[in-house]
Parts: sequence; structure tokens; C-alpha cells
Amino acid sequence: MNRINKLFSEKKKNILSIYFTAGYPNINDTVEIIKTLDECGVDMIEVGMPFSDPIADGPTIQESSNRAIENGMNIKVLFKQLLNIRKITQIPIILMGYINPLYQYGYTNFIEKLIECGIDGVILPDLPLDDYLVSFKELFDKNNLSYISLVSPNTSAERISKIDKISNGFIYVVSSSSITGKKSIFSDNQVEYFNRINELKLINPTIIGFGISDKKSFQVACNYSNGAIIGTKFIQSISKSKLRESVKNYISSIR
Amino acid sequence: MKYDVNKTGYYGKFGGSYIPEMLYSNIEELNKNYLSIINTKSFNKNFNYLLKHYVGRPTPLYFAKRLSKKYGSKIYLKREDLCHTGAHKINNTVGQILLAKELKKSKIVAETGAGQHGVATATVCSLMGMDCIIYMGEVDISRQRPNVERMKILGAEVRSVTSGSKTLKDATNEAMRHWINNPNDTHYIIGSVVGPHPYPDMVARFQSVISEELLLQLKEVEGREYPDYILACVGGGSNAAGIYYHYLDNLKVNLVGIEAAGLGIESKKSAATTQLGKEGVLHGSKTLLMQDENGQVTEPYSISAGLDYPGIGPLHAHLYDSKRGQYLSVEDNDAMKAGIELSRLEGIIPAIETAHAFAVFDRLNIKDKVVVVNLSGRGDKDLETYIKWGKY
Ligand SMILES: Cc1ncc(COP(=O)(O)O)c(C=O)c1O
Repeated sequence: MNRINKLFSEKKKNILSIYFTAGYPNINDTVEIIKTLDECGVDMIEVGMPFSDPIADGPTIQESSNRAIENGMNIKVLFKQLLNIRKITQIPIILMGYINPLYQYGYTNFIEKLIECGIDGVILPDLPLDDYLVSFKELFDKNNLSYISLVSPNTSAERISKIDKISNGFIYVVSSSSITGKKSIFSDNQVEYFNRINELKLINPTIIGFGISDKKSFQVACNYSNGAIIGTKFIQSISKSKLRESVKNYISSIR
Repeated sequence: MKYDVNKTGYYGKFGGSYIPEMLYSNIEELNKNYLSIINTKSFNKNFNYLLKHYVGRPTPLYFAKRLSKKYGSKIYLKREDLCHTGAHKINNTVGQILLAKELKKSKIVAETGAGQHGVATATVCSLMGMDCIIYMGEVDISRQRPNVERMKILGAEVRSVTSGSKTLKDATNEAMRHWINNPNDTHYIIGSVVGPHPYPDMVARFQSVISEELLLQLKEVEGREYPDYILACVGGGSNAAGIYYHYLDNLKVNLVGIEAAGLGIESKKSAATTQLGKEGVLHGSKTLLMQDENGQVTEPYSISAGLDYPGIGPLHAHLYDSKRGQYLSVEDNDAMKAGIELSRLEGIIPAIETAHAFAVFDRLNIKDKVVVVNLSGRGDKDLETYIKWGKY
């Protein structure tokens, strides 16, 4: 059982997960943001590894990624920053990113570093399932790492159950057919989709993400899942000069 | 065919389908249906009818007498510049719009660099009465203005892209994002042999009409179906894939792809992917990719918008890697000179993309050989660039 599994075994409702881009707004903010989020009572953290061409992301995360890259963030630097993170916090931490930077870093090196730093899992939106099975699964299973996959409104029931079997930790339910940063309106169609997923009785818990922006949308999402992820809106609320304060203010607006 | 895509969508180690889950069902739908649709009689009938009567195919194979004399070889030009809309791009858009109809899509999105693919897409959309949105980088909008206006006259909405280097790569990102946001009613007409499987194969098949015609045309003039050399410029690689297609397994044919070196390989202002790239993943496929040591994609540069792309299609990555194909690169200035030379010797002003392919005769052993150059497009859209360059 890793920290993600432990979280879900202890808490079934209203899990709040926060996404931010490593290296934004300043290169050395990563640990500070994690620490502050933990203090604020956030349940789980997704640390984005910036990529130059994030095709599933809207303008906010494109911008934070570009700034982070300009600031000098990359996988090597990120692992250096996270090396002692487990001396500071036991909050579940997931790394999220596009596959090309990992591919250059080397999959095996990457997995070794995850273990060394005490990272609990990854979300790699553009990695095909087959590639996961070939290049990651064995080491992931052996080391208790979570592989978290997305499902979207157009993912078939058959595929969802395949994804569910391969995944470990939770299923990331993308709230609508969209890139990140588009405000969710929770239409009838979306509700029907959330219900459809719940009726599948998946092995893994579910977390809804994309378009969750405030207390209200967080609560609605939580009605249909074990919790929700907030990314874009959180990134927009971070202040470069008053980092801790801005993070605290935002989280207290949700909880 | 040895160099064909395999069942899982790979050319050797390149290709595949690296896409977020939000596009999975779209790609799967294409994957399941594209071959069965494009192999039906009725599809072929419609496709061939439009290629003949609308696009103006077969395009001529023209013996370039004065050019041949200058380089001591027999140089033929495959005249894709004479296609309706002025480039090979329309072969693909006609095929894809028919496919989109079969898939019951009502809207089209596309990216464009030089604007040739955008124009070709806008054209078939107006032909079929479909809505059309074209993403184009801001830099390209200003250097290919005539094509921007053509797209608008044809009824397309042109959306300016201001992210990254504001060129083809960024326009492709935006087109993919648009497709993620509109997966149900929209088909994405990709403009080259790039993107997730099955796009590279699908686009290559639609462009393969070029080499299909060439087989017959060469037989007529040379008494044999194949040339010694085939030259084509490579941006993503669709005109090259189309003219290589039926010759991939014929090892007597030297396949030469010409990339844009921009201001020079060492200048950091270049788009010569095979020289500067490493294996990587962009826009849904594993291919050769210009990138830094951390896997961030490098901004490419070329004077020609259509070659200004940091990757190449996975087929080309495989041809390069397996040494089946030879890839050369040509700097801006040499491409421009070659464009002027073709204008002066043969009365044809080529697109600047195409001009790159005319700048390597001196570097090949083509004496007395039969050489076919794919004249992928005409230069009307590039007059401003020619004028700015000025040395004519
Ligand atoms: C005339 C012409 N040739 C070549 C290209 C490059 O594309 P590809 O390599 O796919 O043929 C373009 C792209 O815009 C073009 O307009």
C-alpha cells in the first residue's frame, strides 16, 4: 500500500487534489508549494513536469509550463528538489507529464528516481497503455507505484474496465471533452457520464478533474466521485511574491 | 511491403499513437474504419472522379530540358504545382473529406504552415459544404498572406496562433486542442504524414497517387517504370511519401529527401530534423524530433513556412534510420537561388518549400541518370518572400 492507496482507504469523500507546474512561478517554489498545500489540509498533490507542447492543456498551463522551462525546470532539477521531500511531508505525491521529457531522461532512470524520492505515482496522459505494460508495469508493481489513467466522456465502457484493471490508485475522470482550463458547467450530459462511470463499479476509486474551479464545482464533483482535482484555477491564484499566503487563501476558499 | 506501416501502427521503431485519452475514441474510430472505407468501390469512384475532374489529375511528368542539360542528367518534373490550389496538398484533403463524410462528421479543423494545406482544406470544405476552421501561426500568417486571404474567400475561419514559435508546430498543437474540445462532430484533416497512427499511413495512401501515375508516365517516356533518383522536399514529408510510395521496395531507386537547413545546421536556426533530431514523441507519434537534452522541443526555423517543423513523419524517420532513404539539407539562400534557377531555365516559379529539392543536384551522382523531382507546389504564395530576397 502506498500513500495514495492509504489515503483512499481512510477517506472516501471530498478528497482534494491540487495540480501545479513545477518551477512556476519561481524555479525553487516546488517544495514550498507542497509544504503549504500539506499544511492547508489538501489530500493529494500532482506535480506537473513542464513540456514545451502540452496538447491537452489550455492557455494557463501552457503559460506556466513555458515559464517553468524558462526558469530552468526539468526532470533532473525536479528530482533534486524532491530528494528530501519525505522528511517534510507524507502527503501523496504524483508526477504528471507528457512522455517526451521522460523518454529522454530514460524510463528506468525515471522509475528509480521516483522510488528514491518517495513519489507515489504518475499520470502520463500521452503514454499508450501498451507502452505502459511493456516499459513500466513490472517495476511499478514491484515498487508499489501507482499508475493513474484518464478516462473521458468518449471512453467506452469496455475500455474503462480495461484501464481500471491496469491502473492502481484511482481513475482520473476527465469532466468533459476538453483540454484543461475550461470551466465545467455540469450539464445533464456530464452528470449522466459520471453516473455511468459509477454504475461500472470500478475496482479503483475515482477523482474528477478538468474545469473544477471553485468551492461549488468542487462540491458538485465530489457528489459523483471520491474527490476532485483543481489545476488551472489554483495556478492562476498563485502569487509570485506572496506565495504561501496566496496558496493558503485559495485553499481556504475551497474548503 | 517492407517499409509499410505494421499492424500496430509502427514503421520500424517509429510511429505509434501517443495521444491523450480524450482523443482515443476518435483515433480508434479512424483506425477501425479508414482501410475498409478507402478500399470500397464507391469511395474510390468518388475519390478518382474528384482527382481527375476537380484537382486536374493526372499531373504531367515534364522533361526539364534546360535543367537536364545544365546538370548532365535526365531530369523530369512531376507537376504537382499544376494541381488545383497549386500544390500536392489537395490529394490528401480530397481523400480525407470523403472519409469525414463517411464518418458522418460535419466540421473540419486543420493546421497549416505555408497555407497550402489550409487552402486545400478550405477548398474541399466549400466543395462539400462543411464548416472549416484553420489554425495558422502568426508568423506564417504574415509571410503567406495570399493564402490567408484565399482561405477566407473560400469561407474558412482562420485562427491565428500566438504560442511558441508561432509557426506550424504551434498551429498543430492548437488544431489538436480544438479536436479534443470538439471530438464528436469534427474531423481533423492533418496536412502531412505526421500525427498518431493511422494518419501517417492514411495521408501517404492518399498522396500515393503521385507515384502511381509516375509508374505509367515513366514507362511511356523511359521504357521503364522507375527512375534512378527521386527528389522531394520534406517538411512533414507528405509529398515525398506520395512520390516514394510505389518505389519503397524497389532498391534500384535512390530516394532523396531534402530538408530545410534554414540559416545553417550549426546556426540554431534550422529545421533539418534528420541532422539535428533525436528519437522523441511529438503530435502523437514517435519519430525524429529536434529537441534539447531535457526533451523540450526546439523551435525550428526555415525561410519556407511549409518546412518549418521540428519533426518528420515516422515513415521518413524509418527510411532515414534504415538507410533506405538519403536525407540532405539546404540553406535558405541556396533554396532561393534554386527557385530562381528553375524560374529562369524552365519558366516555373516553384514554392520555396519545393525550391529546396532543386538545390542538391550538385551533391548527387546523377550524371546521365534518370531523376524525378517532385515539383510539389507553385510559388505564387511566396512572391513576397521572393521580392524581399530580391536577388533576381
Ligand atoms: C508546396 C509545398 N511543398 C511541400 C510542403 C511540405 O509538406 P510535406 O513535407 O508534407 O510535403 C508544403 C507544406 O506546406 C508545401 O506547401
